Amino acid sequence: MSKIPGLIATLTAALVLAGCPSKPVEEEAPPPAPAPVTGTDVGRGGVGTTGIGAPGGYSAADLNDPRSPLFQRIIYFDYDQSEILPQFVEVLRAHASYLAGNSKARLVLEGHADERGTREYNLALGDQRADAVRRFLVAEGAASGRIDTLSFGEERPADPNHSESAWALNRRVELVY
Amino acid sequence: MKRQPITCLTMTVAPGALPISPSPEEEGRGARGGACGPRCVDFILRGWRTAMVVSLFLAVQSTAWARLTIEITGGAEGAQPIAIVPFSQPEGMRLDDVAEVIGSDLARTGRFKPMPRGDMLATPHRAEEVDLHDWRLLSMDNLVVGEVKPDGAGGYDLGFVLFDVFRGEQLAAMTFGSRPGELRFAAHRIADVIYERLTGSPGAFSSRLAYVTSEGGRRVTLRVSDADGYNPQTIVSSQDPILSPSWSPDGRRLAYVSFENRQTAIYVQEIATGSRERIASYKGINGSPAFSPDGRSLAMTLSKEGNPDIYVMDLVSRDLRQLTDHFGIDTEPSWSPDGSHIVFTSGRGGNPQIYKVPVAGGTPQRLTFENDYNARASYAPDGRALVLVTRVNGRFRIGLIDQGRGGMRLLSNGELDESPSFAPNGSMVIYATLHSGRGVLAAVSVDGSVSQRLSQDLGDVREPAWSPLPR
Repeated sequence: MSKIPGLIATLTAALVLAGCPSKPVEEEAPPPAPAPVTGTDVGRGGVGTTGIGAPGGYSAADLNDPRSPLFQRIIYFDYDQSEILPQFVEVLRAHASYLAGNSKARLVLEGHADERGTREYNLALGDQRADAVRRFLVAEGAASGRIDTLSFGEERPADPNHSESAWALNRRVELVY
Repeated sequence: MKRQPITCLTMTVAPGALPISPSPEEEGRGARGGACGPRCVDFILRGWRTAMVVSLFLAVQSTAWARLTIEITGGAEGAQPIAIVPFSQPEGMRLDDVAEVIGSDLARTGRFKPMPRGDMLATPHRAEEVDLHDWRLLSMDNLVVGEVKPDGAGGYDLGFVLFDVFRGEQLAAMTFGSRPGELRFAAHRIADVIYERLTGSPGAFSSRLAYVTSEGGRRVTLRVSDADGYNPQTIVSSQDPILSPSWSPDGRRLAYVSFENRQTAIYVQEIATGSRERIASYKGINGSPAFSPDGRSLAMTLSKEGNPDIYVMDLVSRDLRQLTDHFGIDTEPSWSPDGSHIVFTSGRGGNPQIYKVPVAGGTPQRLTFENDYNARASYAPDGRALVLVTRVNGRFRIGLIDQGRGGMRLLSNGELDESPSFAPNGSMVIYATLHSGRGVLAAVSVDGSVSQRLSQDLGDVREPAWSPLPR
C-alpha cells in the first residue's frame, strides 16, 4: 500500500475530526439504543434536542463556518446499523433546515461502511445508511428531489487501517453539497 | 490419436485510459432522476442496450503486468511421485517449458510430487523410447513423456503419453494442437488430462481467475489470468471502485460492478473483444451480478425501490423480476447449479444470514443458524456444499457447509477473509485475505489439507472469481 494515500487519508480524518463536535461512536460502547428513524417517528425514543434557530435561517456561507452546525457534514454509525444516532440529530436538522430554506441547494449523501464483512453486504449497508439520512432530512422538511444517495460500501475508507478506531471513522454518511 | 483443437483465448487488453466517461446526454438520461419510475428506467435501459454497446478495441498492452505468484503454504502428506520428462522441442526455438508447466500444476495440488530433473536417468520423448524398468528403480508411480512439433501452419502439436510405471500400462496418449504463444494453455490441458486419469476428478488447470487489484493510489483494475497466475490481462481499469466479477457459464463474459460516473452500474463484458454493455444502472445500488447456470439470466441486487432486494433479469428480453421484497438488506444472490433456486444474504433476521428462495418465487427459507454473521454463500459445482463468509469470535473466516452432513467447517483462519469462490472442479476454494497488512488471495483444498497464497509484488489483490472450465 502506498504511504501517500494513507497519509492523505489520515490528514483528512484529522481535519474531519477537528471540525467534528461529536466523536464517532465505538462499537464496544454503544449509546442507549436510539429509536429507528423511519419517517414520522423521528425524534422519539427519548432523544433530547435543543433549538438551533429558525428554519431557513442558514445560508451557504454557514457551510464554511466552523461555528455553524452545517460545518459538520459527516455523521457516524454503529456497526452493521443504519439507524441515526441521537448525537447527530441536531446536525441533520440543521441541514434539513438549510435545504428547506435554500431551493438551489442540492445534496448527495455518500454512504460508507467499515471493511468488516462482505463487500456487497457493505455496499447495501452504505446504501441503507444514506437512505436513512435522506428519509430523516425529508421528514424534517427537505425536498426529496434535491437529495441523491450514493453508496461506496467499504471501498472508500476515510482511514485505511484495520483497527477499531479506523472502522469507527469509516462507518459514515458524508453530506456532499 | 485424437487431435483436440484448442480455442483461441487471445484477449484484447483495455489499458489505463478506460473506462469511458459518459457523454453529457447519457448522464442527463441517467436513471438517477427522482421523477423517473420503474417503467421510465426500463425504457432508458432499453435505449442504452443499443447505444451502450461500447467497444473497447484497444491496442494490446505490451508491458507485462505484475503477475500473481503462488506459494504453497500447506501441503498434503503422501504426494504421489511422478516423473515428467522435459518435452522435446523444435531445434532453435525458445518455447515455454511444457513439462515444467505441467509439473507445477500438479505440484500445486499437493497430491503430486514431480521428480527433480537432475535425478532422471533417461529423457525419453516417445512411448517407444521408454524403458519402464528405469522408472521403477526410481520409485516413480507415473511417467509422462512428450514432444512439441511444428504443425506446419505456424502452430504446434503437443503429444504426450502417461504411464502407470508399475503396471506397465499407458493411461493416456493424446495430441493437443496449439497456436503460437499458447503453449502454456495446451500444457494446462495436458495437466488436466493427467490429473483426471490419476485422481478420477477433472482438473482445473486450464481455467482462469478474475480478480481486482490496486497498486497504490486509486487506480483499480479488473484482471483475468491463467489459474497459475500467468498471462494477466487487464479487462477494465478505473479510478473508481470495481467489485464482484462474475463469470458467464461459458467463460467468455464477465459481469462486474463499476462505480464510474459516480454511480454503481453492472456491466457485462466480452473478455476476448473487450466490448461491454451496461446492464443495470438504476437509482440506488446496482450490485452482486450472478449469471444463471444457463447463461440466460443475471441475478443482481438493486435498491431502486428504496432498499436492497434481489432481482433477476432476462438477458435477452431485459425483463426484470423482483425476487425478494423485505425492508432489510437482501444481497449476494448465487444460483444453485440446477438453476432452480437462489441463495442470498439477508439482514431480515437482525443480522446477516443465508436464505434460499426458488427462482420461480416464493418464501425465503433460512439456511444458516450457526454464528451471527453469514454472508456471500455460493454453491460447489456439484451443489452438495456451500462456501460462505462467517464470523467466529469477531473474525471473518471462510466456512463450508456440507448439505448432506450439515454443520459448518472452517476453511480459513484469517481476520478479514472474504469473497470465496469454488474451483470449477470443486477441489479448492479461492478467497481474499490479508497477509502482513496487504490484500492477497489464498486457495485451500476443500478437505483443508493444501493451501496456497497468491500475491502480487506490488499492491493489493481481492475479489477472486474462478472461471468455469473451458468448453
